[in-house]
Amino acid sequence: MTSTVAQASRPIPDLRYKPTRSRNIIGIALTSVAGLFSLVAVLPLFLVLSYVLYKGASKLSLDLFLLEQPAPGLEVGGISNAIQGSIIVTLIASLLAIPIGIGGGVFLAEYSRNGWFANFIRFGTNVLSGVPSIIAGVFIYSAIVSTRILFGHAYSAVAGGMALAVLMLPTVIKTTDEGLKLVSDDLRRAALGVGASRFVTTIRITLPKASRSIATGIVLSIARAAGETAPLIFTALYSPWWAEGIFNPVGSLSVLIFKFATMPYEVQNELAWAASFVLVAFILALNLVARWINTFTSR
Amino acid sequence: MPIDPNDLYRLRRRPPSEKQLDTGFHWLTVLTASTVAIVLVLILAIVFHGSLESMGLYGWRFLVTSNWNPVDDEYGALTAIYGTMVTSLVSLLIAVPLGVGTAIFITERFIPRPLREIIGLMVELLAAIPSVVLGLWAIFVLEPALRPFLTWLHVTLKDIPLFSTQPLGPGMTPAILVLVVMILPIITAISRDSLNQVPIRLRQAAYGVGSTQWSAILHVILPASISGIVGGVMLALGRAMGETMAVTMIIGNSNNFSWSLLAPGNTIAAMLANQFGEADGSQVSSLMYAAFVLILLTLVVNILAQLLVKRLSLKY
Repeated sequence: MTSTVAQASRPIPDLRYKPTRSRNIIGIALTSVAGLFSLVAVLPLFLVLSYVLYKGASKLSLDLFLLEQPAPGLEVGGISNAIQGSIIVTLIASLLAIPIGIGGGVFLAEYSRNGWFANFIRFGTNVLSGVPSIIAGVFIYSAIVSTRILFGHAYSAVAGGMALAVLMLPTVIKTTDEGLKLVSDDLRRAALGVGASRFVTTIRITLPKASRSIATGIVLSIARAAGETAPLIFTALYSPWWAEGIFNPVGSLSVLIFKFATMPYEVQNELAWAASFVLVAFILALNLVARWINTFTSR
Repeated sequence: MPIDPNDLYRLRRRPPSEKQLDTGFHWLTVLTASTVAIVLVLILAIVFHGSLESMGLYGWRFLVTSNWNPVDDEYGALTAIYGTMVTSLVSLLIAVPLGVGTAIFITERFIPRPLREIIGLMVELLAAIPSVVLGLWAIFVLEPALRPFLTWLHVTLKDIPLFSTQPLGPGMTPAILVLVVMILPIITAISRDSLNQVPIRLRQAAYGVGSTQWSAILHVILPASISGIVGGVMLALGRAMGETMAVTMIIGNSNNFSWSLLAPGNTIAAMLANQFGEADGSQVSSLMYAAFVLILLTLVVNILAQLLVKRLSLKY
C-alpha cells in the first residue's frame, strides 16, 4: 500500500518530444543521411537520361530510321542497319528462349515441385543467371562460330540470338515457375474433376491463368536482351549494311554504340547518341509495359 | 482432407492417345528444363577445354604475372585479375551504403508511400539502362567532369601508390563509378525485399520497449534481414566482376600493371571483349584461361549468395 502512495507522489515524467535529446539528434542525422543516399541513388538516372535525351532526340529524323550507317568520312546516314539487326537478333533469341523457358518453368511448377532434379534445375537457373554476359559470347563463339556448325557459316545473326537466349533463359524459367506456383491448386483439381488430362490442365487452365505474370517476365527479359552488347561482339559480329540473311553477320544498336563511341569522328559519335536514344526509349517502354501488365494482374 | 492432384491424375482411366500426349508433354518439359543444366555444363566444359593449352604452358604463373605480350607469346593475367577484384570491391564499398541506405529510406516510413514508390521505380529503371549506354555517357560526360577532381586527388595524395599516377582520361576510377551505378539497383532491390520480409511483430516489439525508429532499424530490423542483404551484396559483386561493356569503354584497356586507381587498367571481362575476336594461337587459350578464372570467381560468389538468401527464407 505504501509503495503505491510513493509512486503516485512521484512527479509525472515529461513525455513530450525533445529535439535536443541525443537520440533524437542521431535519428534526424541518420534520416537525412538515408535521404541523401536515396537522392544520390536516383541522380544517375536523371543525369544519363537527360543527356541521352539532349544529345539523341535532336538527331531524330526519318533518315535515321531509313538509311544505312554512313561510311567513315561521310556525313549522311542513319542507323537502320543496326535497328534491323537488333530486331532480328532479339527475335531469334526470343524464339529460342521463350518456348524452352516456359517448358522448363512448366516442368518445375507442374510436374516436379520438390524433386531433387527440379531443385537442381532451380539451382542451375540461378547459377546461369549469374554467368557474366561476355561468357555467353565466349561460349557461343567456341561452340557455334569457330566450329562453323551452322551450315559452314561462322559469325551469324543466329549465333548472336543463341548467345542472347542463354541470358534470357533463366529469367523466363524463373517467372514461369513462380507465376504457375501462384495458381491455386483448386483450379487444377477442378480441371481434373471435369475430366481434363494433365496436359490439357496445363495448356488450357494453369498457363492462361499465369499468363500475365509470365508475360511480365518475358517482356523484361526481351528488354534486357535488346540492350546486351557483350554476347554479340563476336557472335553476331557487326555489319554496316542491311542484313543478308540470318546466317550472316548483322549489326545491332548496342554494338553500333560501342563501335561509334570510340571513333574519332563527330558524325559517328552523334549517331551513337541517337542510337542510345532509340535503344533507351525502346527498353524503358518495354519496362513500363511490363509494369503495366503486372499491375493489371494484381487487380 | 485435400487430395493431392498427383493421385487424381493417376486414378482416372484414360484413352491411350491422351496418355501418350501426356507422357510426351511431360518428357518435353523435362527436356526443356534440362537445357539449363546442359548449357551450364557445356559452358564450363568448353571454356575449361579451351584453356587447357594455356594452363599447361603457364600454370599458376598465369595468375601472378602481369606480362601480356602477344608478340612474344607470353601471357600473365595479373593486371586483369587485379583490375577485376579492385574495381568490383571498391565499387561495392561505395554502392553498399548507398543501396542499403536507399532501401531503408524507401521501406521505413520516413516519407509518404507514393514518394517511396517513385524512388523505388526510378532505381529499378536505372537497372534497365543498357551498360553500353552507360559506357557512352561515362566517356563523354562522367570522365571529363571527374578529371579535375582526380587530378586534385593525385596532386594531394601522390605518395600513396593508389593515387600515384596522373589521370589522363580513361582509368579505373571512372570504371568504378560506372560499376556503382550498375550494381546500385541490385543492392537496393534485394535489400528492400529483405527489409520488407521482416515480420511486423519484431518492429512492434522494438517500439514497445521504447526504441526510437533508428534504434529499431539498426538493432532489430537490419540484423533480422542481414543474410538477405548480404546475399544481395554478393549477387551484386558477381555482377560487378562480370560486367563488360561499360567497363571496357572507360577503363582504358591497358595491360601494364599499376597499383594506381587513376591509371588505365583492365578487367578479365574487358580483356575478353577487346581481344577475343582477333586472337589466335595460345592467346585464345590464354583468354579462355582468364574466362575460366572469371567463371570460377562468379560461380563461387553466386553460390554463396544463393545459400545466404536461402538461409533467410528458412528463418521466417
